[in-house]
Amino acid sequence: MEPVIITERLTKRFGQFIAANELTFQVEKGEIFGFLGANGAGKTTAMRMLCGLLAPSSGKARIAGFDVYTQTEKIKRSIGYMSQKFSLYDDLTVAENIRFYGGIYGMSRPLIREKTDELLQELQLQNEAKTLVRELPLGWKQKLSFSVSIVHGPEIVFLDEPTGGVDPVTRRQFWDLIYHAVDKGVTVFVTTHYMDEAEYCNRVSIMVDGVIAALDSPARLKAQFGADNMEDVFYELARNAKRKAD
Amino acid sequence: MRQLFTFIKKEFLHVFRDKKTLLMLFGLPIAQIILFGFALSNEIKNTKIVVADYSKDAVTRQLVSKIEASNYFDIEESLQSSAAIQASFKKGTIKMAVVFPENFANDLLHTRKATVQVIADASDPNLATTVTNYITQIVNDYNTESGIAAGQPLQIVPEMQMLYNPELRGAPNFVPGVMALVLMLVCTMMTSVAIVKEKELGTMEILLVSPFHTIYIIIAKLAPNLLISLVNLFIILILSAVFLDLPVKGSILLLVFCSTLFIMTCLSIGLLLSIGAKTQQAAMMGSLMGMMLPTMLLTGFLFPIENMPLIMQWLSNIVPSRWYFIIIKKVMLKGLGFEAVWKETLILAGMCFLLFTISLRRFKIRLQ
Repeated sequence: MEPVIITERLTKRFGQFIAANELTFQVEKGEIFGFLGANGAGKTTAMRMLCGLLAPSSGKARIAGFDVYTQTEKIKRSIGYMSQKFSLYDDLTVAENIRFYGGIYGMSRPLIREKTDELLQELQLQNEAKTLVRELPLGWKQKLSFSVSIVHGPEIVFLDEPTGGVDPVTRRQFWDLIYHAVDKGVTVFVTTHYMDEAEYCNRVSIMVDGVIAALDSPARLKAQFGADNMEDVFYELARNAKRKAD
Repeated sequence: MRQLFTFIKKEFLHVFRDKKTLLMLFGLPIAQIILFGFALSNEIKNTKIVVADYSKDAVTRQLVSKIEASNYFDIEESLQSSAAIQASFKKGTIKMAVVFPENFANDLLHTRKATVQVIADASDPNLATTVTNYITQIVNDYNTESGIAAGQPLQIVPEMQMLYNPELRGAPNFVPGVMALVLMLVCTMMTSVAIVKEKELGTMEILLVSPFHTIYIIIAKLAPNLLISLVNLFIILILSAVFLDLPVKGSILLLVFCSTLFIMTCLSIGLLLSIGAKTQQAAMMGSLMGMMLPTMLLTGFLFPIENMPLIMQWLSNIVPSRWYFIIIKKVMLKGLGFEAVWKETLILAGMCFLLFTISLRRFKIRLQ
């Protein structure tokens, strides 16, 4: 196993406020890494640094082998990203969305076509290629959104609360897609508020007040805190938080 | 480069999918021009006027009946005092008054010269010019006819008085004004809304995480608007040439060049607005209120800038449309060349450069 995300005392300060304080962790290739924390705990800041959107104040981090200070362009080529906000264009068709995202990653036209077919088949959306995205049910949009985020074959995909507002059945199906992507060798870095989803992860880190308060597999975390489920583990850690959510 | 092309194609899809906006984009200039076109229309019929005949002789009666016979005028009533005339004007029911002084025919006979006073309501300058021209025409006709009959030239001199707006600013002011207004609105609104929409949708984040350059995002966002605005420009120019009899007298190339400068300036303003606005509505309101008012008030096409308080005059200097308006008037209406507008063009280019640089820098800072 080789780590694809390595951080060492990674810190982000906004003036006096330390949003993310000395984060040190590694994510292995092909792992599903859950990134938990209450609102305002510093998750988004951390994730933005890892995606090359935000320059860290101090510390080190390498994503897919590239440095977050100097090689952000290369990082951007190696990662996929799906945000909590739904991130496809409503007024474009399914196929046009895929073509667009493939296009801005510089994929060749034949490759985009091939990937589009593959993706539509996997999602069983062959008949919907020419449907406007706004006409799809939310669950389908979310699945499509995920598939589009890895259409360019990234090493790592960052998912920022990808399943907000979806019913449990669709969520389960969504996770099937994630597993499928992992089978193909993609590393998944996911933030979530759903504790059942935390159970699906190989390892979970829980952030409290800008620091990583716990990091291990769900089973070991539960054992460590003597809890039956991740919900209790999370609550045990998060209730001591001093920061208010923003 | 192909990435950029993909992006621009997507932007065009957005525009063409949104039929309502599309209709507004091209409907706005057409509606404006047609609207102003009617206001500018040369054909004025049945304008209500009053006549004050203090002389009541053969000549004045003949003239009055000539005026009455033309289908340009309806004589509302005959008045006998200047106070009554003033009152009619204030009521707004009449547009013009024709006053024959006492001893009109006598003067004409003995001095071969008489003066008829024509007072017009110039708060509508187009109408005032047109109706006074008609009256002059009628009087001149009478001069010629009676002069031939008498064997000697007679001279009735119409003496014009423009009420409320002696300078008669108006007609050709509107088309350049509409051009500035439409381009300003379309560019700032379209740009700011298009960018804020991506922020609202959450797609902006995806774009920023992608290797696609910020500068490309901006170019791709501006390209369709630039094109649409140029199309709009030509629609306005064609409409005003065909319907309003205001063809481009100067160089079209120069006009397009200066318009592109102005459009780029407006696009940069749109970009700046999009940085501040969080929702599409905010962006739209911002461009409507923030752009339309200064454009209407401080450009000089509705209200003459020279008559404004000093502070407003200074303020108007930073309104880009003011300079564009001057350029258009000089090039389109007066047919002047670059040597006449280089100063305004330079100012506009400077504003364009400044605003574009600022918005570019702020755009990057804000998003990263």
